[in-house]
Amino acid sequence: MEPFVTLDGVGKNYGAVQALQHVDLQILAGQALGIVGHNGAGKSTLISILAGAQSPSDGKLTFQESGTSLPGYKVDQAQAHGIRCVFQELSLCPNLTVAENARILHPAIKGIGWKARARTLISEKLDEVFPGHGINPDDEVGDLSIAKRQMVEIARAFTRVESPIHLIILDEPTSSLDAIIAQQLLKHLRGFVDQGGACILISHLLEEILQSSDRVVVMRDGGIVDDRAARDFDRAKLVEAMGSVAKEHGNSGKTAKQRSTDSQPLVSIRPAQQGDTRRLQAYSGEIVGLAGLSGHGQTDALVDIYLEKRRDGQSPQKAVPMALVAGDRQVDGVFPLWSIGMNIVIGSMRQLTRSGLIDPEAEARLCKDWREKIAIRTPDMNNNILSLSGGNQQKALFARALASDAEIILMDDPMRGVDIGTKQEVYEMIREEAGLGRTFLWYTTEMDELEHCDHVYVFRNGAIVADLSGDEVTEQRVLQASFEESTDAQERSA
Amino acid sequence: MKSFVPSSRLLRSLLPAFSLTVILIAIFYLQPRAMSYFGLNLLLNLALPIAFATLAQMCVITVNDLDLGIGAFVGFVACVGATWLNESPLLGVAVLLLCILAYAAMGALIHLRNLPSIVVTLGMSFFWLGLALLVLPTPGGKAPEWVREAMTFKAPGLPTTIYASALVALVVHFALMRSSYGAVVRGVGGNPRSVERAGWSILKAKMSMYALAGFFGVLSGISLIGLTTSADANIALRYTLLSIAGVILGGGEFVGGRISPVGAVLGAMTLTLAASFLSFLRISPDWQIGAQGAILIIVLALRVLINRTGKK
Repeated sequence: MEPFVTLDGVGKNYGAVQALQHVDLQILAGQALGIVGHNGAGKSTLISILAGAQSPSDGKLTFQESGTSLPGYKVDQAQAHGIRCVFQELSLCPNLTVAENARILHPAIKGIGWKARARTLISEKLDEVFPGHGINPDDEVGDLSIAKRQMVEIARAFTRVESPIHLIILDEPTSSLDAIIAQQLLKHLRGFVDQGGACILISHLLEEILQSSDRVVVMRDGGIVDDRAARDFDRAKLVEAMGSVAKEHGNSGKTAKQRSTDSQPLVSIRPAQQGDTRRLQAYSGEIVGLAGLSGHGQTDALVDIYLEKRRDGQSPQKAVPMALVAGDRQVDGVFPLWSIGMNIVIGSMRQLTRSGLIDPEAEARLCKDWREKIAIRTPDMNNNILSLSGGNQQKALFARALASDAEIILMDDPMRGVDIGTKQEVYEMIREEAGLGRTFLWYTTEMDELEHCDHVYVFRNGAIVADLSGDEVTEQRVLQASFEESTDAQERSA
Repeated sequence: MKSFVPSSRLLRSLLPAFSLTVILIAIFYLQPRAMSYFGLNLLLNLALPIAFATLAQMCVITVNDLDLGIGAFVGFVACVGATWLNESPLLGVAVLLLCILAYAAMGALIHLRNLPSIVVTLGMSFFWLGLALLVLPTPGGKAPEWVREAMTFKAPGLPTTIYASALVALVVHFALMRSSYGAVVRGVGGNPRSVERAGWSILKAKMSMYALAGFFGVLSGISLIGLTTSADANIALRYTLLSIAGVILGGGEFVGGRISPVGAVLGAMTLTLAASFLSFLRISPDWQIGAQGAILIIVLALRVLINRTGKK
């Protein structure tokens, strides 16, 4: 097998965050390559670079046919080299029909009769990959179910007008497909590879990776940590490779707080999709982690807690003040037109008002206190919040929550894209505040952060699947619980 | 449910034609004499400039932007048309071409600097108004002879406005809804990232749509002075809101690249007729704008209703 494209020392950083570091990888023609790794391991960045959607910060790509093509490697060049990519988030235009979406991908479909040609092209491919799909090429994509949209997107990637397709990249292609349709896709993929095509498959379903790839690459922290033939791996080995192997310092020295069974929990909810009676509970002064793969219902659980507590708040004796630290700063977090100070004090308005008006002195005092306490790096708290780096903006959001009178603090994966130094400072602060009796509910996709938790609930498909406390919180256990589904699915289909 | 989705879509696309028919029937009922060549001609006289302005607005809405300067722009074009275009046609044509280029440049600026289109176009509206006042400080001027003749031409059978509107609606329909590049441009409204990832230039798409908007703005201004024979800087200020209302009435949506050129032209006609309808009802001019708003709300409420039944 000869290489189709070779990556030499490819890296990518966003500001201080190193999303990908020095990746060497050969993608061979006629081979299905599986890539696995935890959230944020760099998989998506890697394929974005291959597809030309992002340019790497350093390193080079070498194509076997035409030699090096960096810098200036863009989407059109990727297409000219026969690379097609199905991205994780659905990327069709919902206002266009299936046929029109096919045309978007192919500049060559134009002129008189283009619609008929686009229609035939996508219909034939859909028939070939997903027999019995029931999709009309004139359907508007926005009207289709999510599974059908994913089918259209996959079929579209396989359509061919002029240049041949050499490499197909599929990022979580089966996430919205049922088992039968997923099998159809994997079968088609096998046929494509057998005819000499290269393919990259990213999936969180480990069985799927083991079953359909020839070679598996394991990524962690923006680098490749293992690269072997698929038959040399099994589930356990993959899970082990994805986690940090040398994690001795883990829970040593930390003693789990004993939960007293007689006292009332401060928070107790049952996720909507929970089949059994398991509940998410948090006692006063605890740091409770919500773990699992991203998007498996953790944020919904936080919202549920908020709504339930607010309902309880109608009766004064049950009212518990709460605050949320947003993970998606741009959307849920900062007020982009306000100063740093205003962004912090907005959470504490109740304490700062005197006879209905804001007390400017108390406001200034609060600002000054928190600037020192949390070490926000700025010459002046009256500067615009956007003048801060991402990490410092996040600190300001923490300050907003901590400065308020909230007893429960909900955190929605707040450390996304924050550098390690800031993280350490914030961890310190969270532990301190928990010691003072505040309760933290912390959704995180980063394993290291779970070490700071007294209690961890692992989520999968909107339900709690594991409930770990103290010493039980190990990366191994969390990963096991997060990935168990694939075995369930296998048993069900068997 | 599956079979119901396209039918609700069909109902929705028929709604603009339906509202136009209802208003037309109501007018004929109140004023049977309007049911003649002459009557229709009078009723629809002002529809063509509004239809052009609505199409201009629709081009901008296609790429998820909004043009709050189109009224002032049409006013400026009218002033240029009634002065320079009449006195020295070459200069007039050159200035109008420059206007179209300015619109394309505005689209480029909005895309490249990632500015909100509302802010830029609102700012530009003062610029156009100021220019118009410089060109024609007091109402007056004279429309070129050929423009007047074209606008007062009496076609056989039906008023010229109807033929012209139908022709324009069809041409734009083919350009945006049926051509292969039209699909790309609408895709920019639907999911710009996906279009960009397929290797298309968003900048080019936005510039072309803004240029097209400028082109229709020019047509609107010229056709307007053909009817009024003279111009005034403030002549078309209300076109800004009328054009937005026309697009929405015609089945378009503010975001997401969902547009309908035929619907937009029908929407513009409905709005023109609504004004006459209210006069026939002897509603005092003080209340007319409010009543026009009420008509808009009724049509949009119908649309929401159709959408709801479609979802069930």
